[in-house]
Amino acid sequence: MSQSSDTQKDLLVKGNHDFASVTRLISDIPQQKTPAWWYIAFGISNILLAMLLGMVILLIWNGIGVWGLNQPVGWGWDITNFVWWVGIGHAGTLISAILFLFRQGWRTAINRFAEAMTIFAVMCAGLFPAIHVGRIWAIYWIFPLPNSMQLWPNFNSPLLWDVFAVATYFTVSTLFWYVGLIPDLATMRDKVKGFYSKIAYGVFALGWTGSNRHWQHYEKAYMILAGLATPLVLSVHTIVSFDFAVSIIPGWHTTIFPPYFVAGAVFSGFAMVLTLMIITRKLYHLEDIMTIDHIEKMNIIILVTGNMVGFAYAMEFFIAWYGGVEYEKFAFINRAFGPYAWAYWIMITCNVVAPQFFWVKKFRRHIGLTFFLSIVINIGMWFERFVITVTSLAQDFLPSSWGYFSPTYVDVLTYVGTFGLFFTFFLLFLRFLPMVAISEVKGVMPQADPAYYRNNQKH
Amino acid sequence: MPQIFPRWVNEIPGRLQLSAILLITLVILGFWYFGSPEYLETGYAPNQPIPFSHTFHVTELGIDCQYCHGGAWESAVAGIPSTQTCMTCHEYVGLEHETLQPLRDSWESGMPVEWIRVHDLPDHAYFNHSIHVNAGIGCVSCHGRVDRMDVVMKTESMSMGWCLDCHNNPAPHLRPTSEITNMAWEPPENHMEFAQMLIEKRNIDASVYCNACHR
Repeated sequence: MSQSSDTQKDLLVKGNHDFASVTRLISDIPQQKTPAWWYIAFGISNILLAMLLGMVILLIWNGIGVWGLNQPVGWGWDITNFVWWVGIGHAGTLISAILFLFRQGWRTAINRFAEAMTIFAVMCAGLFPAIHVGRIWAIYWIFPLPNSMQLWPNFNSPLLWDVFAVATYFTVSTLFWYVGLIPDLATMRDKVKGFYSKIAYGVFALGWTGSNRHWQHYEKAYMILAGLATPLVLSVHTIVSFDFAVSIIPGWHTTIFPPYFVAGAVFSGFAMVLTLMIITRKLYHLEDIMTIDHIEKMNIIILVTGNMVGFAYAMEFFIAWYGGVEYEKFAFINRAFGPYAWAYWIMITCNVVAPQFFWVKKFRRHIGLTFFLSIVINIGMWFERFVITVTSLAQDFLPSSWGYFSPTYVDVLTYVGTFGLFFTFFLLFLRFLPMVAISEVKGVMPQADPAYYRNNQKH
Repeated sequence: MPQIFPRWVNEIPGRLQLSAILLITLVILGFWYFGSPEYLETGYAPNQPIPFSHTFHVTELGIDCQYCHGGAWESAVAGIPSTQTCMTCHEYVGLEHETLQPLRDSWESGMPVEWIRVHDLPDHAYFNHSIHVNAGIGCVSCHGRVDRMDVVMKTESMSMGWCLDCHNNPAPHLRPTSEITNMAWEPPENHMEFAQMLIEKRNIDASVYCNACHR
């Protein structure tokens, strides 16, 4: 008796739930009547998505000159947005794969949710490299296909590695997400009343019956996918950073980029998960499952990765001085005090100063502050990518060819439009799929311990 | 709980995977084969405004290629002969042929005969006849046995891969300057020795970098 009240504060699921009530809590959501706010949010997302479509058509019709790109800045908001969205997409696999391998039970409350976010973020990211090529009708040239020109993609180019890295990441993340969904889809199939919804969930549940053999295969597949996904967490943003680091532009050509990019990616990914989670847990009353303890744990990861990013900023400056290359030195002094100083200091404030609040336990457990800072951090991470991409290109070796990048309305609306793409999918996910891994959450509840009932009967 | 799906549904996922793999492979191979210039463009032989027969003019009359296509030795294009070139003979011969009426009209009006172009490289590819001819590439290597054509036909694909095949290994296609226009020339036994000598003497280094043709 005393045991259960002692451990109550360490429990991952609060509110005295048993297995049945957890199932009900989550599987009831897709069965309920669609809430009004959902229609409003979905409508707005659809409008933004339509706007994105319009902007992409405008871009393809007129060419990439409709963006603010010109000599010397050939990469602007397109690549900034790409790196930003891919970075956000990192939290999903980190939570699902690495935390799984480290047996972190708290991941179960948020992994489904974060993986969905990952997939949709990578979709937004993938859009930009695809549309920035100028001649999109020849984009199949990035694949090594047999052709009468005897042409192959340039395998020496990190831009090509990037295509494969992001495509692999997307495929494995989607598979991982889907495999994890199968037992819960079967739960949904068994719960829903309508004939067509039964068929729809049933098709994707792949005939899951919950037999011992099914669970054995499932656990094996999940473990293998976690093993496959773990190196991908590190490799994707490493290769994205190669897009910059393998070139010889001052400010890009640095060996610190891979770890620095990965830390930044996890940083922004966790911030985005928090932003979405804090709204969702409130709207769907999931506070018992996505608890304040989860928020605190995620804030600790944000604090750690935020300081890694801050350390990388400092290290870049140190190496620029220590390396003694005058162009490199100029590039960094110019970042902090040149024409883009405003962007640089927004980045420093949001990414280095803001997470310092999380040293204090009270702030880590403060929902309002966490929500606010999670948005601040993602603004900061967008500016980090902007600063890296644009400042280095705008002022490099030759002062005679310096320039200043200004976005056009197409740049801005395309970026805003990707939120339409993201939220359209995300809202569909919230509406139709179990947003928490029901079976996994049960696994971390005390009732899952075979000795639980015996121990409790003693008292 | 009652079954929602019949038993045969179990077969579907495996079959779907197999079909998807097959379909993708077929689409790629289909485009590779049916979309290639080799498939689409070789054999192109449009009817010209005047049914000019190369068989008759080259094989029977023995007129050399250079008489009409002299540009090939000095310039980027070999050239289609002007009405004046045709009229050097046809002012006196073949006056009775109905089919030559467009030529006579052109002669009177001063407007050129509208020949239909058979060998047309894309505008983004730069090609120069003179460097190929002077390096020792015969007409027949790219244009086929024109001396046997009643209607001119495109015999080679002229795809980029086809260009590169020769640029990567030009030796088998080289010949003495005196045999450039000889459609029936056969390489002798010791051809490779001769080709090697020619490559060294003329410093032939067929370029394979992008900028050579895409300027």
